This record gives sequence, C-alpha cells and structure tokens, in this order.
Amino acid sequence: MFPRPIQQASAPAQTAYKTMLPIALILWLLPLIAVAIFSIKPATDFTQSNYWGVPGSFELFNNYGQVFFNSDMPRYMLNSVLITIPTVIGAVALSAMAGFALGVYKFRSNIWVFFMFVAGNFVPFQILMVPVRDLTLDLGLYNTKTGLVLFHIAFQTGFCTLFMRNFIRALPFPLIEAARVEGVAEWRIFWFVVLPLMKPALAALAVLIFTFIWNDYFWAIVLTQGPDAQPVTAGITSFNAQYRAAYHLMSAGSIVAALPPVLMFFLMQKHFIAGLTLGAVK
Amino acid sequence: MTTATLPDTDPPKRGWYKRNEIAVTPWLFLAPAVLFFAVYVIIPIFQSFSISLYDWDGLGQAEYIGLANYQELMNDRAFEVSLWNNLKWLVFYLLAIPAGLFIALFLNQTVAGIRIYKSLFFFPFVLSQVVVGLVFAWFYLPNEGLLSNMLALVGLGPVNVLGDPTWATYGIILAGLWPQTAYCMILYLTGLNAVDPEQVEAARLDGAKGWKMLWYVIIPQLKPATFIAFVVTIIGALRSFDLISIMTNGGPFGQTRVLSFYMFEKALSEYGFRMGYGAAIAVVLFLIMLIFIAYFLWSMYREEKGGH
Repeated sequence: MFPRPIQQASAPAQTAYKTMLPIALILWLLPLIAVAIFSIKPATDFTQSNYWGVPGSFELFNNYGQVFFNSDMPRYMLNSVLITIPTVIGAVALSAMAGFALGVYKFRSNIWVFFMFVAGNFVPFQILMVPVRDLTLDLGLYNTKTGLVLFHIAFQTGFCTLFMRNFIRALPFPLIEAARVEGVAEWRIFWFVVLPLMKPALAALAVLIFTFIWNDYFWAIVLTQGPDAQPVTAGITSFNAQYRAAYHLMSAGSIVAALPPVLMFFLMQKHFIAGLTLGAVK
Repeated sequence: MTTATLPDTDPPKRGWYKRNEIAVTPWLFLAPAVLFFAVYVIIPIFQSFSISLYDWDGLGQAEYIGLANYQELMNDRAFEVSLWNNLKWLVFYLLAIPAGLFIALFLNQTVAGIRIYKSLFFFPFVLSQVVVGLVFAWFYLPNEGLLSNMLALVGLGPVNVLGDPTWATYGIILAGLWPQTAYCMILYLTGLNAVDPEQVEAARLDGAKGWKMLWYVIIPQLKPATFIAFVVTIIGALRSFDLISIMTNGGPFGQTRVLSFYMFEKALSEYGFRMGYGAAIAVVLFLIMLIFIAYFLWSMYREEKGGH
C-alpha cells in the first residue's frame, strides 16, 4: 500500500492526520457550505449586508417553500425528469445491443464501427450544434422534450457503447459458445445469457447517464426555451434572473436543482464509481 | 456462378436468416445505435464543414462564399482571444491531474470514516456545472464574496476576480478545476487500490521511499488511470462552455470567451444568427480536438492489438 499506512506512523503523526482530514474537507467544500448557509438565511440579512455573519433567523422552510410553491422550479424539475429518464432507457438499450454486437462477433469492420463510436464521443459537441438544431427544427421538435431526448440518446450511445463493449469483452466467452452449440438463437443468447451478466454495467451506465443528462446545460439552451420544455439547469438561470440579488432564494433553488444527481450518487455510489473508473485499472 | 448447381447440403432447407445468422445478427443489433449516431453525430460533423463555407442566417437562402468565413477569422480579434483562452484552459485544466493525485494519496488510508471522506471529496463532480458556476460566482463577489472576506482577514483589499479582464479566465478555470480534480482523484484512488503491494514492499526493502517510490514505482503502475484522466480533462477543457456562460457570459469585454462560447454567440445569440461563421469556428475547435482524438484512438488501437 502506498503511501505507508498511517497506523505505522508515530502517535502525533496519526493525530495530526486525523485532525487534518476534517479541516481539509471543510476547506474543499467551503463554497458549497457557504451556499447551504445562504439558503437558510432571511432576505433581510442580505439587505443589511450580513452576508457571512450568524443568520438573523432560520428560514429553511420559508426559502425552500418559495422555491417549491412559488416559482417555476417544480415544472423545470419535472421537465428534467421527463428528459433524463427516457434518455437513460434509450441510451442503455441501444448501447447494450451495439456493445453485444461489437463485443461478441468477429467481423471485419468491427473495430472501425467501434472507433466511430469512440471518436464521436470525443467530439467537441459545438460542431454538432448548427446541424442538430436545424434537424430538430425540421422535425418540428424544437423546444420539445422529445427533440432533446433523441439527441441525448444518440450522443450518449457513443460513450455507452464503448463501455458496454469493453464489459462484454471481459465476460467468459465459452458461455456463449456453449449456448451456440446447444442451438440457441443469437438473440436469445443476448437476452438470456449476456444481458443477465451485464447487470452491473447496466446499473453503472444508468446512474452515470442520469447525472450527465440531468446536468446538461448546453443542449438545453440550444434546443429548448422557456418553462414548457427546458430542464432545471436552464431553468435555474431564468429563476436567478427573476430573483436577482435574492441570494437566499437563488441558493435554495440551486441546491434543489442539484439534489437528484447527488442523491443518485450517494445511493448508487458503488455503481457510479465503477462506471467512472472503468479502464483505470488493468 | 455455381451456387445453383450445388447439391442441397442442408435439407430440410433453412431460411436465409438461419443460414446467415452469425453474419447478420451483429448488424441487426448495431442498426439502431448506428442509425441514431450517424444522424445526430457523424453526419452533422460533415454538415458543419459544409455550412462553414456559406453565409447563412439559419432561415433564408444560404449563399456559398468559399473560404471567406475562415479569412474573416484570421483578422478577428475576438477569435484570437478565444483561441488563446482555449490554450489557457488546456494548460491549466491539466492541473486537475496532479491535484487529484495529491488528494488521492492523502486519502489513501484506512482510518475510521475514510469512505465518507472519499465520497464527500468526490461530491463536487456530481454537481451540475451551472451550480458550480453560480457557487463560484458568489464566492468571487467583489465585496460580499467569501474570497474577499477571507482576504480582508489577512489585511488584503477586496478583489473583483470576474470583473478583471486579466484574471477572469483564471477564476473560471479554477472553478472548473474543482469538480475535475474530484474526478481525477477518484480515478487515482481506484488506481492506487490496484497497485501491486509486493512491488511496493520489494522497493521498500531496496530503500526506496517518498518521492522516489512515488515516481519510479507508483506512478508507472497508475498509467491507465493517468491516461483516462488526460482524456477526460482535455475533452473537458475544450468543451468548456457552461461555466463561462454562467459566470461571466464571455465578459468583461469578451476577455473570457473560448471557441465554444464564441461560436455559440455568433450563431445563436443577439449578436446575429451567423450560422456559417459559427460553423467555421466550430470546425477550428474540431480540428484542434482531432489531434487529440487521433492520439487517443491510436493508443487504444495499440492496446487492442497488444491485448488480444
């Protein structure tokens, strides 16, 4: 293990390490802690420029109540859910199939199709902006959740296919061959043999894509406008325009907008990290 | 063709699909993904190249003007500023890699509660860049912000990071480093977990420790993690848009623009719907990225050949 375990160090060094841990964490999360404190302060604190002092009163319920019942935030949140969930399902389904094809079958263009997905996934997406916006307008899907979902599915399929294909490559191939010898149809091999083994990959991708799409901002402002279709990342900016300088409400709104992926992360931590660090170890 | 005269080797005759199952199935499974990807990703890349040769407002008739958009770029001050800022992003964003390694080394212990520390250190990565941008914009507020207040404690005057043309870009990059460092940290924590303990012990017996151990024994073993950290950090640096849009909207005086932001401004904002010009900027960004994409693919290709 490196660095040397702290248990082997002297007692003062151990104590120093254990006191440094929380201090480092507080410093690391300081900007976030500040926002959390802002979100429970009353409006008067900011007009009296009591930014960093003790809160004048405890306004957690008031501030968050405002966000939930007196603004467009719930609509934006619902839009985000309706954009994120179908994208997760679509991207995972398409890439599971594509990953199966690329991971199990040997055909000549295999590696080129695979590299097409990988390369497309690295592209700076600004180069897609004008044509994709144009296509979405032509399909009559501009400013709809469907338009956003279709694009997200397509783009995320690149990363997901890379992930799925590598995962399937690591599965025991004799299992598939045994099924073939038994005369099992290829699609049944996918459904009954490979898919059940892919559960960890499916879970990891689902939480990752959920976070990526929930946090998307660029495509939200390129393909949608207004509270009918915009997700919460775009909504938060108009929310902030509405409550300019009302830091307590802006903070509360930001925290609400950030919460779903945060919950997802803490609940599914194992899968999340497995997904992010795929390939980090040989 | 002799096919017709061949005796039927396989009676009772099976359907065409059954006979070609192994060859056809992968393409059936690939079809939906390839279709989606081609329509929304591959074809638009080529369309952007073609649009960049036109003068087009997105609605009316597009007029072919050859390379005029690119000629205009050469004399465009704002484009030059954006290009330089992209370079700054590339260089300074890479600091996330050593910073992430440093935090990972700090946290790679087994004391009580360390798992919670690890996840809380990783926490900023899960936040949307929009939220990160807002949080840091408030952190930098000239008088009320936490930064100015902390500086006041040590007797330094208030600073207006985001209002200063020289420092604003660095202020935004720093905000971007926060989640990116968290990502690199988690990559390295996973990598450190897999470091071969026997090699470490052997090196210890040979008297290696501290920096020497890190440089000659540990870092070579972390190579896969470093590679991924490079890939995601470079892509992140070139895609940077959200933070700039939220924190400064390109200002002050357009000094925090990067190519991705400038192209958005030209193509889709009140500065006029110049789709062709925007596409030309995007093409330049794409060509820069292409150098890295080619390198990444080449590395992966070598890996594929070596691994199987």
